[in-house]
Amino acid sequence: MTTAATTSPAAGAKRRLRRPKGLTAHILLGLAVLISVFPFLWTIVMATNTTKDIYQSPPKLTFGTHLLENIRNVLSTIDFFGSMLNTIVVASVTTVLVLFVDSLAAFAFAKFDFPGRKVLFGTLLVFMMLPLQLAVLPQFILMSEIGWVGMLKALVWPALSNAFGIFWLRQYIENGVPDELLDAARIDGAGFFRQYWNVALPMIKPALSFLAIYAFVNAWNDYVWPLIVLTNPDHVTLQVELAQLNVGHSTDYSMVMAGVLMAALPLVIVFSIFARGFIAGATEGAVQGS
Amino acid sequence: MASPPVTGSATVREHRGGPGPARFRPRRTPPAGAVRPKRRGVLSYWRQYLAISPFYLIFAGFSFVPVFYSLYLSFQRYDGLGTKQFVGLQQYEFLWNDPVFWLSIRNTLAIWVLSTVPTLFGALVLATLLHSVRRFKGFYRIALYVPNVTSIVAVAIFFGAVFSNNFGLVNAILGTVGIEPVPWLSNPWLIKVVIAALMTWMWTGYNMIIYLAGLQAIPQSVYEAAKMDGAGPVRTFFQITIPIMRPIILFTVVISTINGLQSFSEPQVLFASNAANANLGGPGQAGLTTLLYFYQSAFLDNDYGYGAAIVWAFFVLIIVLVVINWRIVQRGRKS
Repeated sequence: MTTAATTSPAAGAKRRLRRPKGLTAHILLGLAVLISVFPFLWTIVMATNTTKDIYQSPPKLTFGTHLLENIRNVLSTIDFFGSMLNTIVVASVTTVLVLFVDSLAAFAFAKFDFPGRKVLFGTLLVFMMLPLQLAVLPQFILMSEIGWVGMLKALVWPALSNAFGIFWLRQYIENGVPDELLDAARIDGAGFFRQYWNVALPMIKPALSFLAIYAFVNAWNDYVWPLIVLTNPDHVTLQVELAQLNVGHSTDYSMVMAGVLMAALPLVIVFSIFARGFIAGATEGAVQGS
Repeated sequence: MASPPVTGSATVREHRGGPGPARFRPRRTPPAGAVRPKRRGVLSYWRQYLAISPFYLIFAGFSFVPVFYSLYLSFQRYDGLGTKQFVGLQQYEFLWNDPVFWLSIRNTLAIWVLSTVPTLFGALVLATLLHSVRRFKGFYRIALYVPNVTSIVAVAIFFGAVFSNNFGLVNAILGTVGIEPVPWLSNPWLIKVVIAALMTWMWTGYNMIIYLAGLQAIPQSVYEAAKMDGAGPVRTFFQITIPIMRPIILFTVVISTINGLQSFSEPQVLFASNAANANLGGPGQAGLTTLLYFYQSAFLDNDYGYGAAIVWAFFVLIIVLVVINWRIVQRGRKS
C-alpha cells in the first residue's frame, strides 16, 4: 500500500515522484480528523459565547469569555451534579459487577468442560445478536412488579445481562492463560476458585481494563433505558437530564452547549488517557471473531 | 464474533455415554496414575455451574425470559394496568394495515442506507490511508475514534443546533455565500440526511479501526508478489485487499445492519423539543424510526401488546436484511 492507492489513477506517476511520500494521505487524514474533532471545538465556541453572539449573522466563530456564566446557568437550571453523581454511581457499580460476573463465567467456559457448556454458550451468542429492544417492555413490566421503577438499581441489572463481556473474555482467557500454569496450580492444591482468582485474573488484566472502559462508557452514555425506567424527573442520569435541558431551553444555545460540554468532556478526557489500550482491545475482539 | 454457528447438544449426550476423550477439546490431562472416574455426574461440576450461575440468573431474568415474554405480549391486549386479553394475531393484523408503522419502516431503512454506505466506504478509505502512513498513526486512530465514545444525546443536541433552520451554523455559512436558508430539520429528506450524517460521524472511526486491524493482518509478501506481477495500487486494492478483507467487511456489514436499524435516540433527542409532535420524529414524522414508534406505542400510549408486536415484526425485518446482506457479500466472493 503506497499513497498512490489514494490518489486518483489519473494523477500521473510524475506528480507522485515529486511529492514527499504520504503527503496526500496525511492531508486526507487531517481533513477527516478535522471533521471528527470539529463538533467538540464548535461546542466549546458556542458554550463560551452568549446566545446573542451565536444568533447574530454571521455568527461569532471564535472562543468567547462567557463560559463561567453559561455553566452557572446550567447549574441553576438543572441538578447537574446530582444527575452526574447518579450516573457515576450506576456506571461504577455496573462496571465492577460486569468485571466480576463475566470474568468468572468466562473462565469456566474457557478452561473447563462441563455438560451443557456448548448449549449455554451458544444461547449467549444468539442473544448477543438480538436487538435489546425485544426485552425492554417485559423488563419494564418486571421493574414495576418489583417496585424498582424510578430507582437506580433498575439500570444496573439489565446492563449485567449483556453477554458481550463473557464472549470477549472467554476468547482472551483461552489464548492468554496457558493450561500448564493452571495444571501447576492444581497440583499445588489450588481449587477452581483459587485458579480463577490467583492465576487467571492477574493474567487477563489488559482484557479486564478494556472491558471496564467499555462497560463504563456504555453505562455513562446509555439513554433509552434510563429514559424509560427513571420516571421521576428529579432523579435521573446525566444523559436524560441533558436531554431535558435541551427540551426546556432549546433556544438558549450557549447554556445548552455548556451543559453538553460538561456532560461529554469528562468521558472524552478519560477515554483519551486510556485510548491506546482500548482501541487495541476493541480490534482484537472484532478481528479474532470474524 | 458475528454469529458463530451454534453447536447442538450432541456432545452433551456423548459425554454421558462415557468419558471417551474423542470429540472433547483436549482437557488438561489428569496426573499420571490417577484413576479416571468412569462416570462423572453433573453434580461433580458444581464449581463450574456455580461460576456461571450469577450471570445466567441475571441473564434469565432480564434477557432470556423477557424476550419470549414480549412475544407472548404481542398476542395480548394489555395496557399495563388492567388484565391481559388474548387477541390472537389482531395486533399483527393492525400492524400490517397501519400506515404509520410502514412509514417508520421506510424512514428506518432510508436512514440506515444513508448512514451505512458512507460509513463503511469512508471507513475503508480511511483505514487504507492510515495503513499507508508511518507517522502520527496513534494520533489519527484516537482522534478518529473519539466520536464513538461521545454520547448520542450530546451529539444529537449538537447536530440540532448546527443544522437548525434559523440560527444554525450550516445555514449561516450558506448565507454568507448568498444561499437561502435550507430547511434541514423540516424537509422530510433533509431530516433523514441530518440523522444519517450524525450516525456516520459517530461510526466511521469505529469501523475504520476494525478495517485497519484487518489490513495489518495481510502479510506484506502478498503485496510484493502483486507488485512483481505488475499490478498497480488501484488494482491491488480491488483484487487483493478487498477479497482478503471480505470476512471483516462482512462482520462490519452485519454489525452496521443491527446497529444502524436501531436508531432511536438520534431522532428522539433531535425533535423532542418540538412541542407539536414530540417523540413522533419531527415534521411529517420524517424522523420517526421504528424503535421510536415502538417507544411511542408502548410507553407513551401504554399499548403494550401493540408495542410488543412492533418490536417483533421489526426483529424479523432485521433478520431478513442480515441474511440478504450476507448473501450479497458472499456472492461477491464467487464472482
